[in-house]
Amino acid sequence: MGVILDVKNLGISFGGLRAVNDFDIKIEKGELYGLIGPNGAGKTTAFNLLTGVYKPNKGIVKLEDKDITGKSTIEISKSGVARTFQNIRLFKKLSVLDNVKVGLHNHYPYTTIEGILRLPRFRKMEREMTARAMELLKVFDLVGEASYPAAKLPYGKQRKLEIARAMATRPKLLLLDEPAAGMNPNETLELMDTIKFIRDEFDLTILLIEHDMKLVAGICERLTVLNFGEVLAQGETATVLNEPQVIKAYLGD
Amino acid sequence: MLKKINLQVRNNMITYGIVILAFILVQILQSTGNLSRLLQGLLVPLTVYVILAVSLNFTVGILGELSLGHAGFMCVGAFGSAFFTAMVKHGDMPAGLRFALAIAIGALIAGVFGLLIGIPVLRLRGDYLAIVTLAFGEIIMNVIGAMFVGRDSSGLHFSLRDAHSLNMGADGEMIINGPLGIIDTPRDANFMVGVILVLITIFIVTNMMNSRDGRAIMSIRDNRIAAESIGINITKYKLLAFAISAALAGVAGVLYAHNLTTLTAAPRNFGFNMSIMVLVFVVLGGIGNIRGSIIAAVVLTLLPELLRGLADFRMLIYAIVLIVMMLLNWAPKAIEWRERYGLKTFLAKRKAKEAKE
Repeated sequence: MGVILDVKNLGISFGGLRAVNDFDIKIEKGELYGLIGPNGAGKTTAFNLLTGVYKPNKGIVKLEDKDITGKSTIEISKSGVARTFQNIRLFKKLSVLDNVKVGLHNHYPYTTIEGILRLPRFRKMEREMTARAMELLKVFDLVGEASYPAAKLPYGKQRKLEIARAMATRPKLLLLDEPAAGMNPNETLELMDTIKFIRDEFDLTILLIEHDMKLVAGICERLTVLNFGEVLAQGETATVLNEPQVIKAYLGD
Repeated sequence: MLKKINLQVRNNMITYGIVILAFILVQILQSTGNLSRLLQGLLVPLTVYVILAVSLNFTVGILGELSLGHAGFMCVGAFGSAFFTAMVKHGDMPAGLRFALAIAIGALIAGVFGLLIGIPVLRLRGDYLAIVTLAFGEIIMNVIGAMFVGRDSSGLHFSLRDAHSLNMGADGEMIINGPLGIIDTPRDANFMVGVILVLITIFIVTNMMNSRDGRAIMSIRDNRIAAESIGINITKYKLLAFAISAALAGVAGVLYAHNLTTLTAAPRNFGFNMSIMVLVFVVLGGIGNIRGSIIAAVVLTLLPELLRGLADFRMLIYAIVLIVMMLLNWAPKAIEWRERYGLKTFLAKRKAKEAKE
């Protein structure tokens, strides 16, 4: 299989606060990996470091042996990392279909002139884009809402659309930031199936942040627990969740 | 899915249709002699304002950035093209070709200015961007108003001081005479050309909106961070949108310049008020709504002229119309009412009913 993401000693400080310190993580290709930890542990900051939103003060991030430390968000996106956001960030006024088509942007490179003059390459690529986007919407059960503005979707579907949009960039590694937040138990179960399905269907590696322990225990093969910006525990899901210091970090003394 | 695309195409067709119908109507009125001289004089300015409104809507509604310097780009387009025309008007170039080249040059120069100004300015956002674009618009106008350019047998002379410091020979001819501007520009613009340029502007803007670039631009408007995370080059698309918007404003400037014999870079032509007036068209027509911009530009340009008979009440009524249009477009109650009883809903309902039967 081989390692897809290899992070060593990653760290960032904001002023005197070490938000993330000595963050190590090694993810195998095709794995479903969980990143958990109490509020404020630095999970989202870790995501922001991996996707280039923040530049790390120290450490190395390697994607398939290629050093992507400190690269820009766009370069990292192009090298095959996509993400979703904890507080949903959709293109609200665009239609559901167009949200996914924006995700396809870099894979269908017709020029501005071709677009304005509606030349053959524009027609061909737009047709392919629509078809591809509809396939993705089908996976997330959003076909019926394709022409709605994204803002009009119910909350659970907005979360799904965000994943569909991230999938459109054809990532090798998908980072999901609390995909089940705000979903009811049924929606969460459905989401678990969808996540497993896309992992298998699209040859994907998934790293997800989640607070819903049922979801984490249900789909993650391995876990890393963060606490106060540092790695508290790491390993097989079942083992990690039973370690006393993890239980202590979550439940207190 | 297919239906949705057809809907967009149909929507654009309606916009083109409205413009063409208006053109035909004017032609009929003109040939039957029902058009007053005053209105005839307004025809070309109307097309100028429509192009300006559509191009500003591209910045404000599609790119989502407030620009208050649009008159500056119009000014660049106007002077750039009028300068070209002044240079070649004594040659034997046919008027049609000369004007076509003038349009291309005006658009190009304004577009380049948009790009150059966009590089520093688009780093800012919101109110700050608005203020800086306002400043740039004024700077452009004032600099052009202080330029002296002349030509004699030894070539072009340029000065920012006065006409004397050009040191021209006896055969010298002023081309840009500082605050007096450019005179004797041939009146190449007419209503027909104006309408064609309006159609081309709509064509460029709407086609761009429904293409890869347009989606990228609108995604930046809706959520910059998310757009970046899926690999959209923010700087590139912001600059592209700003430059195209500026180039279209430049085209409006070309029309404007070639409709007057005297072109001056005075505040009443290209000042802050002009930028604001165009912004009023955009806001009242609906931000991001191209057809709305066109209608608002036409109505709000014609209204003060049509109300001339009412003398003192003219501006009062103009103000009331502004307020009513704003309420209809933006008041939550009005939007709710429109969604419930509007034409679109009515058509959708009828279609649903037909489908049932």
